[in-house]
Amino acid sequence: MLSTLHTVFRKEVLDNFRDRRTLLSALLLGPLFGPVIFAFAINLSLKQSLSDASEALELPVLGSEHAPNLIGYLRSHNINVARAPATRDAARTAVETGAHDVVVVIPESFGRDLAEGIPATVEVITDQANRAAERESRRALLAFNAYNQELAAMRLSARGVSPLVVRPLNIDVIDVSTPSGRSAILLGMLSYFFIFALLTGGMNLAIDTTAGERERGSLEPLLCLPVTREALIYGKILAACLFMAASLLISLASFYVTLKFVPLEKLGMTPNFGPAVVFTAFLLLLPFTLLGAALMTLVASFTKSYKEAQTWVSIVLIAPTLPILVVSILMVRPSAELMLIPSLSQHLLLVGLIRNEPLNGLHVVVSVVATLAAGAVLAWACARLYRREGLLG
Amino acid sequence: MIRVSGLQKSFGEVKAVNGVSFDAPDGRITGLLGPNGAGKSTTLRILYTVMKPDQGSAHIDGVDVVAQTLEARRRIGSLPHGSGLYPHLTARENIEYYGKLYGIPPADLERKVDTVVRQLDIGGFADRRTKGFSHGQRTKVALARALVHEPQNVILDEPSSGLDVMATRSLRELIRQLKAAGKCVLFSSHVMQEVAALCDEIVIIAAGQVAMHASPEGILDATGCDDLEDAFVQAISRVGR
Repeated sequence: MLSTLHTVFRKEVLDNFRDRRTLLSALLLGPLFGPVIFAFAINLSLKQSLSDASEALELPVLGSEHAPNLIGYLRSHNINVARAPATRDAARTAVETGAHDVVVVIPESFGRDLAEGIPATVEVITDQANRAAERESRRALLAFNAYNQELAAMRLSARGVSPLVVRPLNIDVIDVSTPSGRSAILLGMLSYFFIFALLTGGMNLAIDTTAGERERGSLEPLLCLPVTREALIYGKILAACLFMAASLLISLASFYVTLKFVPLEKLGMTPNFGPAVVFTAFLLLLPFTLLGAALMTLVASFTKSYKEAQTWVSIVLIAPTLPILVVSILMVRPSAELMLIPSLSQHLLLVGLIRNEPLNGLHVVVSVVATLAAGAVLAWACARLYRREGLLG
Repeated sequence: MIRVSGLQKSFGEVKAVNGVSFDAPDGRITGLLGPNGAGKSTTLRILYTVMKPDQGSAHIDGVDVVAQTLEARRRIGSLPHGSGLYPHLTARENIEYYGKLYGIPPADLERKVDTVVRQLDIGGFADRRTKGFSHGQRTKVALARALVHEPQNVILDEPSSGLDVMATRSLRELIRQLKAAGKCVLFSSHVMQEVAALCDEIVIIAAGQVAMHASPEGILDATGCDDLEDAFVQAISRVGR
């Protein structure tokens, strides 16, 4: 059994190393594409959020001549007044069509109302459904509120009342996220990229075990050989595991490199993604190769052709996202029970690792054992299916 | 030596094989002849153990194909219909892979592979990857692969289909060599002339049953025909449908 398994394993590895299609998808596109695109996306979004904090906001204000003090206040808060549409209606249309994200309208009566102590109106026209506009309008609103409070405080002082009277509460938001913790939000999404790369690595091999061999006409002679079907299928699954592991390693390494070009530290984030983390992440994800290989082999064995198998196996690529997605929405904390769920447990462990939290030994053991057990059960199911006569098609 | 008795196999409602019995002795060439869908391939698939019979039994050198599957497989070299090779491996690597899986000790492997490479005359392309091989070349490599462990029994499912004249001739030559070496050769075909030219014994199968089992001369005698093709048609029509 063992020597057969070894023979099958070596042949599959050699065969697939010579297959350009497998090599390209397993060892190049899958593992490199994800991290590179991801780093690119992070870079873009970082640039955007960085610019918000430090760059001046160009705010179109209609009727700025009616409130010179207010405009001065805005300037001192890094908000520059820009040219606005000529009328209020034009401003509305401009926001509706997206020509401007926010337009501020100061009516003619502003100065007079202010002088008479009547609440003076400032209109902020914005589209609340437009997420890109949200940040700008919030900045404008914050500035107006601050100006509002400053004026109120001055009026109270003029009447001999302490401004503190109208501030019974002092609300302080204390952000406890550590720099590593903040990067974990971004980097946590990576666990899926790694699982994706891992699965892509073994995809062609998993399909080849049944649909591929059948389509080539090499399945029937193979099954005539004096070896057990278990030895054949386990050898093939192990070969798929090797390609998955290689794909995973390349993916981790390529991310390690690309991360060097992402200015996370500008946001006060220190990504905990050094060689030691790469290595630990590799070990944590390694048990998933067996599960992935067995699952894809199982799915492929039900199909009639290589093409059909590719379609169905692609769906398997999406399956591991589901638990990750659910947990991201529910924002649960890692627990031993959650470690029973493959892909989710790897995700949670990886996020913890990136947040620079100490690894929970129990969690690691539960994750590894549960994932390997699920993989073993699926591999066993593959072997059962490989014994069916219907396999020949 | 292959012995088949009372084989039955159904696929759903369809009875593909319905009580087939025959012997294929050593040192003889036995041809399984029948129209398409007669049950030839299913019978052979049961013999080389990728299918199990519903009823009846089959023995290879006295080894039961169901009870001692692995032992039976060791005694057979088989060429299933449309045998495919691994396109990224060379012809020699394809043969070596099977040699290893047949359990040939590493020390003997190279010698045995060289033997079949010579026997089938594939030395000219043995070290090329099989991608792009002609049908004739592929069939030769598949045969070499099936014979690398020197089996006593050789089962070939429509080996000559799609081969050109030269390839068919060398295939026949090989089958005669195997017979001379005292092997039991069983092959299927739906071409009367081919079976007549090669076989010592002909088993005519129709509708999952043995319609006739005799030497080519015996079949002519029994049907009273001068021509084997007429005899074939006669024999098949005897099986009531």
